[in-house]
Amino acid sequence: MINTRRSFIAALGVLFLKPFAALAAWNEQAFGAKSAAEALKTLGAPSPASSKDILIEAPQIAENGAVVPIEISSNIPGTTAIAVLIEKNPFPLAGKFEFKEGALPFVKLNVKIGETSDVRVVATAGGKHFAASTEIKVTIGGCGG
Amino acid sequence: MTRLGFVVLALVLAPAAAQDARKEIQKYQQMIADGSPVELFELEGEALWKKPQGPKNVSLESCDLGLGPGILKGAYARLPRYFKDADRVMDLETRLLHCMTTLQGRSAAEATKRVFGNENQPSEMEFLSAFIAAQSRGMKLAAGTSHPKEKEAYELGKALFFHRAGAWDMSCASCHGEEGKRIRMQDLPLLSRPEFARPIVATWPAYRVSNSQFKTMQWRLNDCYRQMRYPEPRFASDATIALSMFLTVTAAGEPYRGPGTKR
Amino acid sequence: MAAGPMKMRATMAGGNTDVRVLMTHPMTTAQSGQPLHFIQNVVVKQNGRTVIEAEISQAVSRNPVFSFRLKGGAKGDKIEVSWLDNKGESNKIETAVA
Repeated sequence: MINTRRSFIAALGVLFLKPFAALAAWNEQAFGAKSAAEALKTLGAPSPASSKDILIEAPQIAENGAVVPIEISSNIPGTTAIAVLIEKNPFPLAGKFEFKEGALPFVKLNVKIGETSDVRVVATAGGKHFAASTEIKVTIGGCGG
Repeated sequence: MTRLGFVVLALVLAPAAAQDARKEIQKYQQMIADGSPVELFELEGEALWKKPQGPKNVSLESCDLGLGPGILKGAYARLPRYFKDADRVMDLETRLLHCMTTLQGRSAAEATKRVFGNENQPSEMEFLSAFIAAQSRGMKLAAGTSHPKEKEAYELGKALFFHRAGAWDMSCASCHGEEGKRIRMQDLPLLSRPEFARPIVATWPAYRVSNSQFKTMQWRLNDCYRQMRYPEPRFASDATIALSMFLTVTAAGEPYRGPGTKR
Repeated sequence: MAAGPMKMRATMAGGNTDVRVLMTHPMTTAQSGQPLHFIQNVVVKQNGRTVIEAEISQAVSRNPVFSFRLKGGAKGDKIEVSWLDNKGESNKIETAVA
C-alpha cells in the first residue's frame, strides 16, 4: 500500500513540477525492513564493525516511549553518514543522515521507542561501516493524565 | 508493549538501583526539555495576544495581568492575585477570560467553548498561557498574599488540598501528601511542602511529550479531579483558583523556569 | 491543511555552528490507525549549499526537533532547513546565525 501511495505522490510531484518532491529520494526498502539486520543489508552495511568512537548520549530510562531524546556524534574520521535503528520497533530504521562537506557527523533527535530496546547507530566513513549501541528502557509514567 | 520493560525495571529497582533509575529519569527530563516544541506554542500565543478579536475587534494587548495594561514581563510569576476591577482573585486563565469578555466583548460562553485542546488543535488558552508564562522566566514566584481575598483564597486552597470527597474519598493529599510516593515511574511530590512544590509550580504550564499537548494549570487541576473520580471543577472557578493560590504561595520565591516540558 | 510553523535557532559555539530546528508535524505512524503522515526528507543548507540530507521515518517523534552542527561558519551565515513529507507537503525556514 505504501508503494502505491508513494508512486502516486511521486507521479503527482512530477506532474505539478514540485522540485523538492521530484528530487527527494526516500529509501522505501530500508525503511520498510522489519529487522535491523534487513535494514542494514539494504543500506549496504550488513556487518558493521563495533566502534567506541561513536558516541550515543541518551537516557537509559525514558519516561515515555513517544519521545526519546538521542544525541549522536561520530569521532571516526571521515564520517559521511549516520543511521539510527531501534531494534524492537516494527520498522527499526528511524533515520539516516548524510553529512556533506561543511557538516559535522552530529545529530540530536527525538524518536519513538515502542518497548525497551537496543538503539543501534551505524556510521559510514571511507566506505566502511561502524556501529555502537545502547539499551534504552521504556516506562510508563503517572496515572495516564 | 512496555510490559517487558516494566518487568525488567521492577527487577532492577532494588534500593541501590532505585537511585540510578532516578538519575536516568532526570537525564531524560533534561534532554527532552532542551529543544522542546514549547517554543512553537509561545510563538502562536504571541500571535493570538496581538490578534484583534470579538465584537470590539480589539487585541489582548492592553489586558492588565496585574502589573499594568499590556505589561507581560513578570506578570505570570505574580499570579494568582486580587484584581480590583473584578473584585476577585484570579489566576492567568481566569484573567485572560476576563480580558476576552471585557476588552474584546466576547461572550464567556464563546471564549470558554474549548478551553482544553488536543494535539491536533491546541486551545487559545493553551497558546496564550505558553506565551505569557514564558515572559516570567527567571522571575521569582510571588503570588499575592496581602489582600484579604488573597489570604482567603490561600486558606480555601489549603482546605481543599486536604479535603477528602468524591467517589473514592480522595483528596489531593491522598497522592501528594506524603514524601517518597510514586505512581509507576512517576514521583508524586509532596505539594504542601515548599521544597517539593517549588520545582513543580516553577514548570507549569507545560508541554506533555507523551501526548504532544500543551497543558495549563486549569487543565492540571481539572484532570486531577477527574482522576480522583470527582465531578469536573468549572473552568476559572473559585476552587481551582484557590488551589493554584495555595500551591503558588507554597512555592513562593522559586525562580520560574517554565513553560516546562514533561513526559 | 497548511504546514505548521517552524522555529530555528543557529548560534556559534566552539568555532562551529549549532543549529536547532523545531518542526510542527503529526508524524503519524501505521499503528495509530490513521493514515500515514510523516516527514521523510530534511535538508539543511548553509549559505545556499546543501550540507546535510536526511531521510527519516515515522519513528521520529511528533513535532520533530533536530540539532545539527556545521563546521566553522560565522555570524550572519544563512541557514535553511526544509522538509518534505509523504503526502508531498513541505515547509522551510531560514535564519541567520546569531
